Amino acid sequence: MLMNTLKRILGIVWILLGLGAVWYLIYNQAVPLWKAGGESIIPAVIYVFVLCPIIAGSLGCFGWFAWQGEFDE
Amino acid sequence: MFAVIGASSVGTMIEWYDFYIFGSLATLISTKFFPGGNETLAFLSTLATFAAGFIVRPFGALFFGRLGDLIGRKYTFMVTLLLMGGATFLIGCIPAYETIGIISPLLVLLLRLLQGLALGGEYGGAATYVAEHSPNHQRGLMTSWIQTTATAGLIISLVVIAVTRASMSEESFQAFGWRIPFLASAAMIYVSYIIRRNMHESPLFAKAKAEGKTSVNPLKESFGNRYNLKYVLLALLGVTMGQGVVWYTGQFYAMSFIERVMHVPKVQVDSILIWALCLGTPFFILFGGLSDKIGRKWIMMAGMLVAVLSYRYIYTQMYETANVQHKTELTTKTAFSTELKGADSVYTVLKTYTDGTRYSEITTVTAGTRHTEKTVTLTPAAKRTLIFWVFIQVIFVTMVYGPIAAFLVEMFPVKIRYTSMSLPYHVGNGIFGGLLPAIATFLVTRAGAVNDKAVGQGLAAPIDKPYLEGLWYPILIAGICLVIGVIYLDGKDNRVDD
Repeated sequence: MLMNTLKRILGIVWILLGLGAVWYLIYNQAVPLWKAGGESIIPAVIYVFVLCPIIAGSLGCFGWFAWQGEFDE
Repeated sequence: MFAVIGASSVGTMIEWYDFYIFGSLATLISTKFFPGGNETLAFLSTLATFAAGFIVRPFGALFFGRLGDLIGRKYTFMVTLLLMGGATFLIGCIPAYETIGIISPLLVLLLRLLQGLALGGEYGGAATYVAEHSPNHQRGLMTSWIQTTATAGLIISLVVIAVTRASMSEESFQAFGWRIPFLASAAMIYVSYIIRRNMHESPLFAKAKAEGKTSVNPLKESFGNRYNLKYVLLALLGVTMGQGVVWYTGQFYAMSFIERVMHVPKVQVDSILIWALCLGTPFFILFGGLSDKIGRKWIMMAGMLVAVLSYRYIYTQMYETANVQHKTELTTKTAFSTELKGADSVYTVLKTYTDGTRYSEITTVTAGTRHTEKTVTLTPAAKRTLIFWVFIQVIFVTMVYGPIAAFLVEMFPVKIRYTSMSLPYHVGNGIFGGLLPAIATFLVTRAGAVNDKAVGQGLAAPIDKPYLEGLWYPILIAGICLVIGVIYLDGKDNRVDD
């Protein structure tokens, strides 16, 4: 019972973590790379259009499932 | 059973070999296909590196995973084998940029994308094929042979390149010798194809197909079904994400750290890596077999835990091994020289230390621009110390990677297994692991810049040991993965014949 509660509460943490990771990747990684121009644009685009959706999508979706009790024993 | 393991492992190992020789020869390849001073070529070069390693692999997982669940494991991983071998062989045949111009790098990019696509489809097929042939009580042991292939492929690529280089003059190697490792792939792939061609389809898949129980739409059933999707996410966030960063730290970041941060020459770096990998590889089998007895979850979680706790200590020890600031210089052997090479001025400093370490610093000044190249040549004792620390990291890799094929296979049902396990594996390894060098290098560079700025303002450097900052990425990712894995994975090793 305690474990199930923990799993559900942590679901919110995973959703917030996903959002935080996206903020970090965009402002600390992608934006400086984009400003640098040249070949640095490719990793910037990959951060924004590949990594961010994967991190936000997977952590957000996983967190939502956990919050909904999908991983309850 | 050994024929099944052999046929699957050899093919997968050759695919890894094919994938790695491009990376191992990247510097030389860039001079042939992506010569400097051209922005478009630099753009294509970066695209070839990023796209093949990160983006295309998950697409290959989806494309070939779907095929594997529709038409069968055997035929699908034969296609990936031929695709990888063909692409590798053709890279070795492409004329250089100076011969056919822009077509040359475009062809390399295209073939590199095909390599990434093939790699994305290969692993899931081989792991599933072996697992579906294995008895329940030995699945971890049997599939662990597949787990050795990535490391074995890397070792073979380094050895083939080293042997080729040693068998001819450096000029010949630069001119045509570098193509030999690519061309040699054709023979290896042919042998592997012949072996695989005579194998039978996976018994579980064949049974499911005979009973009409295979999936009609594996992608929809894998990712459109809420029940299965939650396990795909759990596999990614609770296992493969952490495994990916532990793997890339132990095998690739360690190599780049020794070469770029510690300034050890490439020949010594390759030798250190080959020794550490050779010593560590049997542990894949050990931990794979152990996972059959004590469960897969806790071995993988233990691997992540020790990695998270020890990385900073290990990299500090590695750094200190070649840190000349703490060594005693033999001033009688110190030499300085200045040389004019055309418009360039070259300043050379050579130092020797009491323990035998040699240090060279060559500064080239061209039109007011300075470029300094440092090299620390290690003593045999220092080399052995570094082999030990890289070996320890390889042990962590074997703990997280040895049992993972059996673990992933057991998470998903026969009819969508190839698709469902391939995607989290390649996202975890290709994206979370593959981006490690770029993100870690960024963190180290930023820490150095922060310290330089503070020192420039007359303040003390705020970041102690900036060279360790890159480790925060694998520590954070593996740490999150560890928490998710410990809390959400049930730890039961399931059957595979459902």
